[in-house]
Amino acid sequence: MELICPAGNLPSLKAAVDSGADAVYIGFQDDTNARHFAGLNFNHKRAGEGVAYAHQRGTKVFVAINTFPQVSGFERWQQAVDKAAGLGVDALILADIGLLDYASERWPDLRLHLSVQASATNPASLRFYHENFAIQRAVLPRVLSVKQVEQVTRESPVEIEVFGFGSLCVMVEGRCLLSSYATGKSPNTFGACSPASAVRWKETPRGLESRLNGVLIDRYGDGENAGYPTLCKGRFQVQDKIGYAIEEPTSLNTLSLLPELMRIGVSALKIEGRQRSPTYVKQVTRVLRAAIDAAQRDPESFTPDVAWMDALQKVSEGTQSTLGAYARPWQ
Amino acid sequence: MSMKSEPRLALGPILYYWPKAQIDDFYRRVADTAVDIVYLGETVCSKRRIMRTRDWIRIGEQLQAQGKTVILSTLTLLEAASELSALKRLCVESPFLIEANDIAAVQILKELGKPFVTGPSVNIYNSRTLKKLSNNGLLRWTLPVELSVTELAEFQQHRPGNVETEVFAWGRLPLSYSARCFTARAENLQKDDCQFRCLDHPDGLLLSTQEDEAFLCINGIQLQSARTVNLLGEIDRFIELGVDVIRISPQSRNTIDIIECFAQVLNEPQSPKRFDTELEGWAPTRVCNGYWYGDAGMERLI
Repeated sequence: MELICPAGNLPSLKAAVDSGADAVYIGFQDDTNARHFAGLNFNHKRAGEGVAYAHQRGTKVFVAINTFPQVSGFERWQQAVDKAAGLGVDALILADIGLLDYASERWPDLRLHLSVQASATNPASLRFYHENFAIQRAVLPRVLSVKQVEQVTRESPVEIEVFGFGSLCVMVEGRCLLSSYATGKSPNTFGACSPASAVRWKETPRGLESRLNGVLIDRYGDGENAGYPTLCKGRFQVQDKIGYAIEEPTSLNTLSLLPELMRIGVSALKIEGRQRSPTYVKQVTRVLRAAIDAAQRDPESFTPDVAWMDALQKVSEGTQSTLGAYARPWQ
Repeated sequence: MSMKSEPRLALGPILYYWPKAQIDDFYRRVADTAVDIVYLGETVCSKRRIMRTRDWIRIGEQLQAQGKTVILSTLTLLEAASELSALKRLCVESPFLIEANDIAAVQILKELGKPFVTGPSVNIYNSRTLKKLSNNGLLRWTLPVELSVTELAEFQQHRPGNVETEVFAWGRLPLSYSARCFTARAENLQKDDCQFRCLDHPDGLLLSTQEDEAFLCINGIQLQSARTVNLLGEIDRFIELGVDVIRISPQSRNTIDIIECFAQVLNEPQSPKRFDTELEGWAPTRVCNGYWYGDAGMERLI
C-alpha cells in the first residue's frame, strides 16, 4: 500500500520525501486545485524543483487539478494540465469530466487519477471514468464504511486510494455547496471551503465569535479552544438544542484499520493537509510510514503504537480523532 | 437564430419523506396543474421505503394518462452494494425516462442503451462536460444550483443542439449529502435505528445559528438551504436564454399555488412582482436568489 503525502510548498514536499512518502501531491497557485489558499502551493519554477527533488529520491509526484472549470475559464485549467504534463509528473488528479476528456485526449500516456472531488462512490461510477478516460486510480470519498470500501475495491476496474489521516469532510466531496451558499465560494468553483476572506473573529460579552460572511458559526466561552470556522464544524441550534449538529472539529485517523485496508486490496493511503505546515507533514508521514511498514510485515499482530497515536493526536484538528464513516456508529 | 419557445414547467422529485396517503393525494392534485413534467422517486435516502418502485410506476402511469411527461429520479449518494443493485433494477424496469443523480446511473443507462436526463447533483460545470455526457445519451441537464446566470448564458451559447436545459427555480436548495443522517443525529438516534423520524418533518428540520438566524434545513442525509430559492422574477431571462424547463421543488404546503404563479407569469406577460408577497409567505423561511446573481446563495438580491 502506497503512502501519498500532501505538500503545500517546497519545504513540505521535501519533508514528505525525506520522511518516507511513496508519492507527494501538490497543486498550482490558483483556483485549479481544491486547496486554493493564499500563500500556498507551487508556481512553475518551484514545482519543477519539487519534481526534481522527489524523483532523485525515488518518490512520485502527483498534481491535483481537481476543481470544476467553468465555461469561461476552461482554458486556464487546460493550461494547468499542460503545465503539469510538461513537468514530467507521475499522475494528474482530476475531477471534472470535461477536463478528464481534455487530458486523456491531449496526453494519452499520462497517468490519470480520479480525485475525491469527482464524488465517485461505487463501481458503476468508476467504470464510467475508466471507460471514458482510462483512469488508473480513484480516490474514494470519505462516506463509505470499511465493508463498503471492500465491496467497491473488489469490483473496481481501477486501483483504489482512500484517506488515512487528516481533516474530515463529513459530506460527500464534490457535491457539497454549503460554503458557496454562505460565502459565494465553494470547493467546486473556487477551490476552498469556508474561505479565509469570509472569516471574521470578534470578542463579545457573550464570548469569542467566529462568523462566515456574517453567519455566526460558533461562539467560544472562556477556556474553550477556538477552531477555524469550517462551516460544517460549527455549533448550531436544532430543535432548541445547541451543539455540533453536523460534525465536531475532529480528524480522521485510520491507524487501527491499516491491516484491514491492506487485506481489502486498497492500493494507496492518502494523508490530507496541503494547507498544513512542513512539521505536520513530517510527523504524520513518519508515523504512517512506520505504521504501514509494521502492518505489512506482520498484519496479524499489528496494533498501533502508543507513541504513534500520541504524535498524530498532537496534530489533529480539535485534538480529537475518529474513524469517520469507516465505522458504522459514526454515521 | 433559433426559435425561442416557451419553457415548460417541471415538478421535481419530493425530497422529503411523506406518508403514502399524502403522496398519493399530492400527485392527484398535481395532475390538474400546469406542470408538463413530473419527476418521481426517492433521491435522498434508500431507507425510505414507503413507496416501492411499483408504487412510483403506478403514480407515473396515472399522471401520464392525464397528459404529464413522467421521469423517474434515482438516488443521489450510493454507498451500499444493495443500493447499486436497486439502481440497476430501476434503470432496467422503468417504463419512463430516467433522471440520473449520480454518474453510476449515467453509466448503467449507457450500458443499457437508454437515454437519460441529469438532476442538479450531477456536476456539469462546463460545455465540454455537457458534450461528453451528450455523447453518452444525455437529453437534458439541470444547471448546478450554485452557478449563475452568467454561467448559464455561456452554456446556452455552446451547448449541443439536441440537449435541453433545466433550471431549479423554486424550493429549498439541495446543498450536500453525507454518510451521516443529521435527522437521526438531531434526535439522538443511530442512523441504523432512525425510526424514520424524517416523517415528522415534511419540509425538513430547521438548523439555525446561535442567534436564531434560520440557516440550513436538515433532511436526513441531505442538507438544504433554509431559504427557498425563488427565480419567478427571472422568467423573462429564462425565455431570452432559451431555458427549456423550469423546475419547482415540492414542499408540503402550497406547491399547487406556487405552480399556478409560475404558470400565470409564463402564460401572460405581467410583473412577477405581483406574487412576491404570496410567495414569500409560502416559503417555509424566506426566499433567496444569490446564486443566480453570482453571489452567496443565501442572499436575496433585487
